[in-house]
Amino acid sequence: MIPAQFDYVRPTTVEEAIQALRDGGDDAKLLAGGQSLLPVLRLRMADPSLIIDLGGIPELKGVREEGNEVVVGAMTSHYDVTRDDTLRQHVALIQEATKTVADPQVRHKGTLGGALAHADPAGDLAAPALALDAQFVIAGPSQDGSGTGTRTVGAADFFEDYFTTAIGEGELLTEIRFPKYTGWGARYEKFNRVAQAWSIVAVAATVKVDGGTISDARIGLTNMAGTPVRARAVESALVGQSATEENVRKAAQAAAEGTSPTADADAGSDYREHLARVLTGRAVLAAAG
Amino acid sequence: MTTTENAPTQEIGRDRRRKEDRRLITGRTRWTDNQALTGLLHISVVRSPFAHAEIKGIDTSAAKQVPGVVAVYTAADLGADQVQLPCAWPVTKDMKAPQRPALAGSRVNFAGEGVAVVVARSAAIAKDAAEQVEVDYDELEPVLDMEAALADGATLVHPEIGTNANAQWVFDSGEAGSGGSVAEALQKAESDDDQIIVKRRFRQQRLVPVFMEPRSTVVDPSGEQLVMWSSTQVPHILKTMLALTLGLPEHKIRVIAPDVGGGFGGKIAVAPEEVLTLLVAQKLGKPVKWTETRSESLLTAHHGRDQIQDLTMSVTKDGQITGLDVKLLADMGAYLGLVGPGVPILGAFMFNAIYKIPAYRFDCTNVFTTKTLTDAYRGAGRPEATFGIERLMDEAALELGMEPMEFRRKNWIKHEEFPYTTVSTLTYDTGNYEAATDQALQMFDYDGLRREQQERRQRGDVKQLGIGISTFTEMCGLAPSRVLGSLDYGAGGWETASIRMLPTGKAEVVVGVSPHGQGHETAFSQIVADQLGVPFDDVEILHGDTQSSYKGLDTYGSRSLAVGGIAVVKAAEKVIEKAKPIAAHMLEASEGDLEFSGGRFTVKGTDKGVGIQDIALAVFAAHDYPEGIEPDIDAHATFDPENFSFPHGTHLCAVEVDTETGFVQLYKYVCVDDVGNVINPLIVEGQVHGGLAQGIAQALFEEAAYDDQGTLLSGTLVDYTLPTAADLISFDTANTTTASTTNPLGVKGVGEAGTIASTPAVVNSVLDAIRHLGVKDIDMPTTPYRVWSAIQNASGHAGRADEANVASPGAGLGSTASDISRGDTQGGHL
Repeated sequence: MIPAQFDYVRPTTVEEAIQALRDGGDDAKLLAGGQSLLPVLRLRMADPSLIIDLGGIPELKGVREEGNEVVVGAMTSHYDVTRDDTLRQHVALIQEATKTVADPQVRHKGTLGGALAHADPAGDLAAPALALDAQFVIAGPSQDGSGTGTRTVGAADFFEDYFTTAIGEGELLTEIRFPKYTGWGARYEKFNRVAQAWSIVAVAATVKVDGGTISDARIGLTNMAGTPVRARAVESALVGQSATEENVRKAAQAAAEGTSPTADADAGSDYREHLARVLTGRAVLAAAG
Repeated sequence: MTTTENAPTQEIGRDRRRKEDRRLITGRTRWTDNQALTGLLHISVVRSPFAHAEIKGIDTSAAKQVPGVVAVYTAADLGADQVQLPCAWPVTKDMKAPQRPALAGSRVNFAGEGVAVVVARSAAIAKDAAEQVEVDYDELEPVLDMEAALADGATLVHPEIGTNANAQWVFDSGEAGSGGSVAEALQKAESDDDQIIVKRRFRQQRLVPVFMEPRSTVVDPSGEQLVMWSSTQVPHILKTMLALTLGLPEHKIRVIAPDVGGGFGGKIAVAPEEVLTLLVAQKLGKPVKWTETRSESLLTAHHGRDQIQDLTMSVTKDGQITGLDVKLLADMGAYLGLVGPGVPILGAFMFNAIYKIPAYRFDCTNVFTTKTLTDAYRGAGRPEATFGIERLMDEAALELGMEPMEFRRKNWIKHEEFPYTTVSTLTYDTGNYEAATDQALQMFDYDGLRREQQERRQRGDVKQLGIGISTFTEMCGLAPSRVLGSLDYGAGGWETASIRMLPTGKAEVVVGVSPHGQGHETAFSQIVADQLGVPFDDVEILHGDTQSSYKGLDTYGSRSLAVGGIAVVKAAEKVIEKAKPIAAHMLEASEGDLEFSGGRFTVKGTDKGVGIQDIALAVFAAHDYPEGIEPDIDAHATFDPENFSFPHGTHLCAVEVDTETGFVQLYKYVCVDDVGNVINPLIVEGQVHGGLAQGIAQALFEEAAYDDQGTLLSGTLVDYTLPTAADLISFDTANTTTASTTNPLGVKGVGEAGTIASTPAVVNSVLDAIRHLGVKDIDMPTTPYRVWSAIQNASGHAGRADEANVASPGAGLGSTASDISRGDTQGGHL
């Protein structure tokens, strides 16, 4: 790999990272796990003047419980997400989706925060984060510019467009806070041509089933628009229904409502809409288990 | 000193693990890119982003200012535009061959063609500076569609040759006297109520060989001999071609192919970059290295396949084939590669496959387009032909209402009919299609799976089962020199081997074939161990350096064992022959009383004997040997085969097609291959597995697609879909054995068999799963989108996979990267 030349710093605290962003100006790029940035550098499709490596900031790593929330540090690796017992118990959907990301090597290097901040519409973690109503904690310069402060943005406002999030100039993502979905079933139904490929379409579904009846449902769609999309029409159609195949498939017919999928060699937009309906049915049925 | 008292265990047939793997797997070897010579300079090639354009000017001034840059050259600076890179296979006397330069001078003819080269003290500096070279292009119309390229008034890729047709090559069995006239057969069938005519058009998509090790070349011009290390399959051919192409004295060139990480035909070349590296090294008098990136490799290393096949078969209603007409268009790309124009022509001998076809015609037109050139890719011409005939056999069986295997059985050559001379004039020495098929059917549980298929149909399952057949043969072990001569090929097909018996009794075996992953060192050591009766570990195989291996024709066309391996046998026989008088002298016996077995000469009827390894020491000392002979038992042999070898086999594939999504999941894959006698079963199985992966990938995954401007869309491995182990299943492989009668080991080639056979089996199975829904055909690769669209179209709904705008952004890394590079992301920090 021969990228264009850049300067490199490795801060050890969030404050240092914010300062480095301030010093680096427009051309600075944050490096998390590097699974998206490095290929772009290799192909010379980006040539930042400064790379700020977040790998040396311990406070950005790890999973912890805080009351009704599970808090995941932005630099927690996919591998650690897939193995965490707290997430397994309370936020199974993000874990299920993370298991499908690329391959073991990528999962050891890539990070939850890096993937979410990258906001690739075909990436697998944004749709579950949206479905789960995750909260994004963003650090940046304080109002008076004298130090650092944080602000929190909900998932619905975090993803703005293709590769574009609410993270502003000079800011960085520090934490993702998930409400607890203890006892909910979860399924990430991913459709791609080969195992190591981006999703053509994927559906993140988590449902609460009480006595055979779906009492609550959250569904997020991957790669059905420039941002992840919440399949709210399906969610409301499901609530109160018994979790039969017929009911679920019927509700899933609304999955493509409000989406605006792209067309490419792997799928036309009509095919993506069709896949969204089929996969939503399958995901919900599996989640309702 | 070892004296072999007991005959060693037979090595041939043992599934030895490969002796080369330890160094390859642990990375303890030296690839070309590992060569680090003192004062080494690095080059980066500036490449055209346009498929077809005039070069108006090149401004190198900014690049030359970059610190660490030694030189920036355009074609004229190096004479690179005057070079004619060789094509060694002028398939017809009137073939049109455009000049293929090492760097484009005034016009580029495909996206990726080199226009300038930067030389710098590091690869990084060279790459940085290459971005500073400003090239002024005037775009021309690209030429992308083969049929449009042949139409009157078409834009010409090379106006100077006046046409986009490279050559037309025709074989007609009526004219050759090997069969009847197809024109007559088809005419007769048309007016015959007892015959039908089946016509189909199939496409062979364009593929990229995607070898593991990207290409790399290092040239050191500082010694008496100019030394080139290169990641090549063909060091010997490369050496001779460099001499002929550049007018260099051949004895002043040494080419070394060190360990090479795969090729699949993609490294059978005299690459522009090899010549360029040499020209730069000569100009500066310093060692120079070129190593490509993966994207450069996908864009500029030659591609494979890319044909349109129009096939017509006449057949009686009770299933007897009466004629086969084959009309091909083969895309050469922008230039002719080393053997490019001959690749589709190899198919001429394979469309008739294992079948008895009384009348046959093959008519191929090679076409120039403004795409990357095509040349040999694993199977080279035979996979294309095998796909065509095996798809057509299914289609004909369908129209006849006949079970597809029954239809094949009715037409194939029976085992008692060998040797059999085919309608395309090859003589198949041996084969037993019945045996391979019967074993495959049993392993597959063919009847059971047909029942399961029926049950799923009746239930209307979402996942439908399909079963596909491919009963194939191929011609390999390239090749009898006389045959190559009759096809106007530029070289022979012999192979050489030398055995050097060292004083301590060890054997160094120098071979002319050039392995790049096949396991020659292990297999050849097994052969030598048996021939000379020495331990396997006492044999070393040397290859790939024209200084030690001065003569050879390298590795391609599944020739290494069936030709090179036989040269090894012949050399061993000569060693024994030379050792015999010395043994007689040492044993004080007459030569006529000696016999050689298990590494020892013994005097018949006595326990007196001497080992070949002891004789090696005796001739080294040379204190006492018979008068009139030289004190030497080393030997060199050249073997020119009298025929190809014809491996064959039956491949059966079952897939599940998800009719809701179009996804194809492999369900079961059985193949029984007859590759003759097997030297190392483990290596054979490995070759079959790898071949299957590549052949299945053509059916399901791979395609090198271009947009309407001639830009390659699959320029990274994100966009060029390769399967991994996760996408394949566990294959059930087995062998039947009918020994080849044309070589003393009874072996046939195996390197390409899996790739040649598997593609049609998979596509046949996909169609078999959904044909009842009205689907007639699906182009390769049979992606989920295409399968779903075919089902939609068949059921009267619109599905648009065939019209998909493949150039539109949205998928994968390409779109990711371009969005970032536009700088329109707000705070999208990773």
